[in-house]
Amino acid sequence: MTTLTVPFRVGIASWLVPLRAGLVAAGGLVVLAVLVALDLALGDFDVPVADVVRTLLGGGDPGQQFIVMELRLPQTMVAVLAGAALGLSGALTQTFARNPLASPDTLGINHGAAFGAVAVIVLAGSSGYGGGLVSGTLQQVGVPLAAFAGALLTAALLYALSWRRGIDGQRLVLIGIGLTATLVAGTNWLLVKARIQDAASAQVWLNGSLNARGWEQGKPLLYALIVLTPIALLLARSLNVMQLGDDSARGLGVRLQVTQLLTLIAACGLAAFAVSAVGPLGFVAFVVPQIALLLTRGSRPPMVASMVFGAVLVVGADLLTRVVIPFPLPAGLVTSAIGAPYLIWLLLRTNRKVSA
Amino acid sequence: MTTIAPAPTAAPATPRPARRGSLRGVLVLTGLLVLAGLLSLAIGSRNIPLSTVVDVLLDPDGSDASTIVHGLRIPRTVLAIAVGVALGVAGALMQGHTRNPLAEPGLLGVEAGAAFAVVIGIYAFGVTDLTGYAWFSLVGAGLAAAAVFAIGSTRGGPDPVSLVLAGMAISALLYALTQVVVLRDVDTLDAYRFWAVGSVASRGMDVFWQVLPFILVGLLLAAFSASTLNLLQLGDDVASSLGLHPMRAKIIGVLGVMMLTGAATAACGPIAFLGLVVPHVARYFSGIDYRWVIPYSALIGGLLLVVADVVGRVVVRPGELQVGIVMAMLGGPVFIYLVRRTRMVRI
Repeated sequence: MTTLTVPFRVGIASWLVPLRAGLVAAGGLVVLAVLVALDLALGDFDVPVADVVRTLLGGGDPGQQFIVMELRLPQTMVAVLAGAALGLSGALTQTFARNPLASPDTLGINHGAAFGAVAVIVLAGSSGYGGGLVSGTLQQVGVPLAAFAGALLTAALLYALSWRRGIDGQRLVLIGIGLTATLVAGTNWLLVKARIQDAASAQVWLNGSLNARGWEQGKPLLYALIVLTPIALLLARSLNVMQLGDDSARGLGVRLQVTQLLTLIAACGLAAFAVSAVGPLGFVAFVVPQIALLLTRGSRPPMVASMVFGAVLVVGADLLTRVVIPFPLPAGLVTSAIGAPYLIWLLLRTNRKVSA
Repeated sequence: MTTIAPAPTAAPATPRPARRGSLRGVLVLTGLLVLAGLLSLAIGSRNIPLSTVVDVLLDPDGSDASTIVHGLRIPRTVLAIAVGVALGVAGALMQGHTRNPLAEPGLLGVEAGAAFAVVIGIYAFGVTDLTGYAWFSLVGAGLAAAAVFAIGSTRGGPDPVSLVLAGMAISALLYALTQVVVLRDVDTLDAYRFWAVGSVASRGMDVFWQVLPFILVGLLLAAFSASTLNLLQLGDDVASSLGLHPMRAKIIGVLGVMMLTGAATAACGPIAFLGLVVPHVARYFSGIDYRWVIPYSALIGGLLLVVADVVGRVVVRPGELQVGIVMAMLGGPVFIYLVRRTRMVRI
């Protein structure tokens, strides 16, 4: 099968962009723009889409400006950024491990974050606030910090434990499984020991939520994306070659260790920032790269398309949770509830084609 | 294996002969399993000397020791062994059929299906006893696995990658639905969180008899699968040119995984990690021949679960820690150590 490719240059860097992947990403961007506009327009107080656009460009009356720029834009931007970060992170890990089951979840990054966050919620939790969001200053400041620290510590541990005269993809993934199991068990232990109110708060965090997220969560994520995305895109060529296997890649002149280290730094960094901002929106990093792969029909999960679709999925979930569903529901559950059926449909379609 | 450069490492030591399974290994593991079983009967919040355990086993005399052993400890020990064996075998089958070292039995959607059914049982039907949970989770597990199977199959039978993706998708969907119910109702969460960590405690023999037929059928299917799995590792085309019917072989294998995992989850709740890790450990001892991997996985699975259960009873006396938690907390580091120390046998 030949794929049409188009050369694309930025300064000294250049890529061959497969035409189909480019088109899919562009289509995804259009969908994303529509969803963002809707997300900004709809809510308790509807603002017409035309006014949203005008407000974003600096016009609009003060009321609309307040609603769009102050209330809704930060949360929407966090959704876009978190989705993009998780999508890219998932694409990188799946490419790195050459396995659709690998993702920041399987490597333990998300679970390290979850363990940190749950530890703070349960051990510092004296607020006795049942079934809702975490409250109290210690928890508000402490939970994202603990999550971030947990994720980074897990990533460092993962790399250190996997290093044995170099990193081997399969060994890394297996070590990640061991770490994941231990951390999940630790989290469950905390949950069983906790009072039911704290367990309920922890459950809410564990499912990922976009509620009341603002620039203080968005900015670190934005900086992380600005730094790590170019690294990831520059790795694309080496990663393509690495699909042939480590030995072939080395034979073709890829600097394997450097590439692997940079891939891991980018993947883990993005996941850590995203998870500490919005909680483990687990399914995004897992499924978005596969959806993008089924759509682009490439040889590995595409990076740009994964970012775009990650953002689409999370913004869509935010829109649904805020506007359509009548009771509060963590966005992490909604991403699963819309992502999973779509993946199932894609699979059914692909399989029918194969067998026809 | 990756090295920094094609480094001229010290002259390769004389290559160790590849490990292979043997009857002796099976016997040693069986002996260890029996020993662990006896320890499990003896150790608990009230310790009973091993000699007394053997006495009351042979001759129940109505003493306290006899009541404890027969009433409490035999059911959970038997259950732990059965569930460990089932999950170990299911893991080996799953990794063999998907040819993916990350596959675990839960991937077929079985555990998510069971969890959802149990939550529905608690929330909508007010089920509170473990026997009731077991029926609900059997039904849920079966339905979910059937859906995954239908989605993941092409006309040529189940396709490894599609099966895994379909399992992921169905599991995530059911997990989300489970969470929706749990988040909306704290009482359900309270009952569900103890089921969800997985435990062999306080189940009577009735739960064991309830799931035993499913486990036996599953083991039978696994036995049929063992030799065909060796051929399937070569790829479908080679396998069928060697006279195998890949689709039939895969359906038998996947049905086996369904039965085994469904029964195990019904009995003890979701016990993560065991099905994923045990086959790796088994392959380390037995090599890649599935006719050995499967019995080794069975015995190591049973051993791991019983030992974890005993440890869980000892560490936080007089209370106890759920076996799922203990196993992952102990097994995680041990697994990491094994992975670091050795060249794992690749699938």
